[in-house]
Amino acid sequence: MEKFEKLTGIAAPLPLINIDTDMIIPKQFLKTIKRSGLGVNLFDEMRYNDDGSENPDFVLNQPAYRDAEILVAGDNFGCGSSREHAPWAIKDFGIRCVISTSFADIFFNNCFKNGLLPVALPQEQVDLLMKDAEKGSNARMTVDLESQTITTSDGEQISFEVDSFRKHCLMEGLDDIGLTLEKAAAIDTFEAQASQARPWV
Amino acid sequence: MSGKTLYDKIWDAHLVHEAEDGTSLLYIDRHLVHEVTSPQAFEGLRLAGRTVRAPGQTIAVPDHNVPTTEGREKGIENPESRIQVEALDKNAKDFGIHYYPVSDVRQGIVHIIGPEQGWTLPGMTVVCGDSHTATHGAFGALAHGIGTSEVEHVLATQTLIQQKSKNMKVEITGKLAPGVTAKDITLSVIGRTGTAGGTGYVIEYCGEAIRDLSMEGRMTVCNMAIEGGARAGLIAPDEKTFAYVQGRPHAPKGAQWEAALNWWKTLKSDDDAHWDKVITIRGEDIAPVVTWGTSPEDVLPITAEVPAPESFQGGKVDAAKRALQYMGLTAGTPLNQIEIDTVFIGSCTNGRIEDLRAAAEILKGKKIAVKRAMVVPGSGLVRAQAEEEGLADIFRDAGFEWRMAGCSMCLAMNPDQLSPGERCAATSNRNFEGRQGRGGRTHLMSPAMAAAAAVTGRLTDVRDLMQPVAEPA
Repeated sequence: MEKFEKLTGIAAPLPLINIDTDMIIPKQFLKTIKRSGLGVNLFDEMRYNDDGSENPDFVLNQPAYRDAEILVAGDNFGCGSSREHAPWAIKDFGIRCVISTSFADIFFNNCFKNGLLPVALPQEQVDLLMKDAEKGSNARMTVDLESQTITTSDGEQISFEVDSFRKHCLMEGLDDIGLTLEKAAAIDTFEAQASQARPWV
Repeated sequence: MSGKTLYDKIWDAHLVHEAEDGTSLLYIDRHLVHEVTSPQAFEGLRLAGRTVRAPGQTIAVPDHNVPTTEGREKGIENPESRIQVEALDKNAKDFGIHYYPVSDVRQGIVHIIGPEQGWTLPGMTVVCGDSHTATHGAFGALAHGIGTSEVEHVLATQTLIQQKSKNMKVEITGKLAPGVTAKDITLSVIGRTGTAGGTGYVIEYCGEAIRDLSMEGRMTVCNMAIEGGARAGLIAPDEKTFAYVQGRPHAPKGAQWEAALNWWKTLKSDDDAHWDKVITIRGEDIAPVVTWGTSPEDVLPITAEVPAPESFQGGKVDAAKRALQYMGLTAGTPLNQIEIDTVFIGSCTNGRIEDLRAAAEILKGKKIAVKRAMVVPGSGLVRAQAEEEGLADIFRDAGFEWRMAGCSMCLAMNPDQLSPGERCAATSNRNFEGRQGRGGRTHLMSPAMAAAAAVTGRLTDVRDLMQPVAEPA
């Protein structure tokens, strides 16, 4: 997995609440058997018109935000389906960090498996970052995972919380499965005990 | 020290390892797999030279992509869908996991066939690369959706890295009025809590109205726990649960059944258990409901009107404006005057036999007044049973298409899709923009309400079509 340590980049404002995973990547793109190449279809129905042309009003189509690496969004980002295609599409587009007041549980978990950092902050702080993002490409934010801070283009600093295990895995780019397999003996022991206690499983 | 909740008990029984910061390794009893979220996971296993740790506890079925027209076993026309289903055929064979191919009468929606085949049992941990895995919580199993990386993790290790959620109790007291169903309960709860209200929680549903529900109804309630943001929904197992499970192909038998039953009977929250949040709703206060917007929280009794965006607060004002525009609705319009084009009855939320019975009860002897209507049974066995009970004839006579099992128009990955602007009364679980097809407009409701809409051509209070009974309180 790609490491996430520190990122300075353009932040795109998307002040909609309840952005669901169908909006992030519609189902017709889930027919792939690969993880890559989904960025072009990120936010497909908002980003493109019916004839396939770009919708110039959509934030990621505006010149200032075409190279955005951070997304500031409304409450309950990533609700709905468990599709990991959502973080795959976001990451493939080039976005490495999403900031909102809250995230849906499965989406939140999926981000950490893909080198993508979701940051949940109180409403006032998201409002402040949203305003900063609205300034366009000259406003570059810095997200520093080590110090758990976001610095606005004006130099204002905001701290955020992150689970220590997930932080460690993101900063080191660790593979979960490899880590768990180090505990194979504990799994063996558990299975042996469970087969006695609950033999019907 | 306070007692334990049902969630605490199942969690403790599956804890393999807990680190100091609370990061836990949880053992997984059942892993359900479908074609859309698994190919990359199997590819990952192959690339790393890993195997499936517990193939006997892993069950696969194609459901999301499959056409629901007859003759489909001859091959899927859409090349991408075909490749995905063929990949699952191959992965199931290569890794030796249980498999129900399209040609098998037991094929169906993964969350319907798990319980139907007795794979889902009380006290288990059940995961699947699908958010509606919450369905299995109806059996008192800790069940939730996972992403593809986690699918690969479970395939390789039969465990999941987890942080424990908080406990929420949702109590539905008293009795439901006639015409009110499990779907109305679960939508009404989301209407109360919002789609993010359950974030960070596992919900246990309890109370008389929940106890009174059949297993099918309980599955409908738990299925939509995820739409309220919860990791999982749970209902404590009871005699109804045990009666449903007993005799199913993969349920324990003989002495093992007795041993299992002894443990299952302990699976309930202690009286002094700690709850981080409690919500109580009177069953008598729940009405037949429909959704008007593009989030499952946009729900109101059928007797209400389309709300004005200004009646909301914060980000919801703009969201409601956007929703009304997308849905082509005007504030103040009575919900029961909204005309519809299409009716879809099916999905993991409402594709079980009881759902088809409830819809057929309304449709008996009537004709549809919509452009098209389809019933997609949740499994081949539900379909067969409905045919045996004469329900299929009622649907066909009314003008419904009688389809093969699958997810179908719930998420429209197969050819069953809405056209732009097409308005659908649906028994599924999501009314998101584009969910049932780009530009499609979805109103969520119960099977009985969808059937009522089919015969009148507009959103309809099912109570108006029911045999006269005492006025609901």
